[in-house]
Amino acid sequence: MTQQNKNEWPLWEVFIRSKAGLDHKHAGSLHAADAQMAIENARDVYTRRMEGVSIWVVESKNIIASDPGEADSLYEPANDKIYRHPTFYNLPDEVKYM
Amino acid sequence: MSVQSFQEHFDSLIDREVTIEPKDWMPNDYRKTLIRQISQHAHSEIIGMLPEGNWITRAPSLRRKSVLLAKIQDEAGHGLYLYSAAETLGVTRDSLYDQLHSGKAKYSSIFNYPTITWADMGAIGWLVDGAAIMNQVPLCRTSYGPYARAMVRVCKEESFHQRQGFEIMLTLSKGTDVQHKMAQDAFNRWWWPSLMMFGPPDAESPHTEQSVRWRIKRMTNDELRQKFIDVTVEQAKVLGLEVPDKDLKWNEERGHYDFGPINWDEFWNVVKGNGPCNKQRLETRKKAWENGQWVRDAAMAHAEKRKARKAEAAKAA
Repeated sequence: MTQQNKNEWPLWEVFIRSKAGLDHKHAGSLHAADAQMAIENARDVYTRRMEGVSIWVVESKNIIASDPGEADSLYEPANDKIYRHPTFYNLPDEVKYM
Repeated sequence: MSVQSFQEHFDSLIDREVTIEPKDWMPNDYRKTLIRQISQHAHSEIIGMLPEGNWITRAPSLRRKSVLLAKIQDEAGHGLYLYSAAETLGVTRDSLYDQLHSGKAKYSSIFNYPTITWADMGAIGWLVDGAAIMNQVPLCRTSYGPYARAMVRVCKEESFHQRQGFEIMLTLSKGTDVQHKMAQDAFNRWWWPSLMMFGPPDAESPHTEQSVRWRIKRMTNDELRQKFIDVTVEQAKVLGLEVPDKDLKWNEERGHYDFGPINWDEFWNVVKGNGPCNKQRLETRKKAWENGQWVRDAAMAHAEKRKARKAEAAKAA
């Protein structure tokens, strides 16, 4: 969608782990000449208040995203499989914990 | 799906308060309005650094200097969050910069006023950031996902900006006579332009209705302005400063403060480029951008050279 301007630094997506034990989460994007600079810029732009302990950067053009227009058919297979949820099963009242 | 059914689907998402994301279908006008609004906001953050930059080297103490630097760095950050949100709508960063530098895009006209004393750092933090927060908090629930998420981040950081400004004003106001006068003088100069930050009266704001419908705007200019006045007048009492409006009066019936007429001629004049600092702000910004060109080019050349070297090493191995 975004046409790459010749002189413009490439766009990177930034993912941040806010603390040990948690997943990296998308924080936003930024421009940088290379991966190293993207990490350094991400530190300045997205972690000025100790918001992260780890940063991932991925050049935006390498992200492949699903098409929201195809969401219905994409997720359809899971639609009628309620037996995948524990609440589908009735247990006798005597069973206290399961 | 036909364009019409796309439109119906979009409308129903908006009505159900579902967030719109970059790859979702959206009407052209929605996209254009968002690009304009988000980039204007980003430009305001970037230009907004300039009036305060004026005082970094002259901050009265190391503490004040550290705080001011941190605040200005936040503003750069806010500009960057917002530019990247705008880019998800399919515009390039450079084209947004071009629009700012050519004068085609606007930024908040408050930044076209000069910062002539240290008290202006207090007044800007307290009033200008205060008004900005009033504007921005409802935008955390705006319909466009990347914009709303950027605003959440901005709002979290902005409240320190207002508090540090209030603290400067309080210190000056409780200080010597000269300091108190300095605080009052800054208040006098920044009060009316701060009220103008909310934009023209609703009756003269033709886009408000559509923007409220799209949840790009969540409260009207007049509603936000009134809200700002009501809270700020109370804060001025704590500061021991006088609101520079002889018509200001509590209206029991409305449950709001009544206030005097705003000089909209001044507002439009500054918007059109005739404010005290329009020319200076834009020139400073353009110069910074142009003087940085060689750095951007060098960084890119360096990155390409490193990439080529790596590729060669991989081939040799």
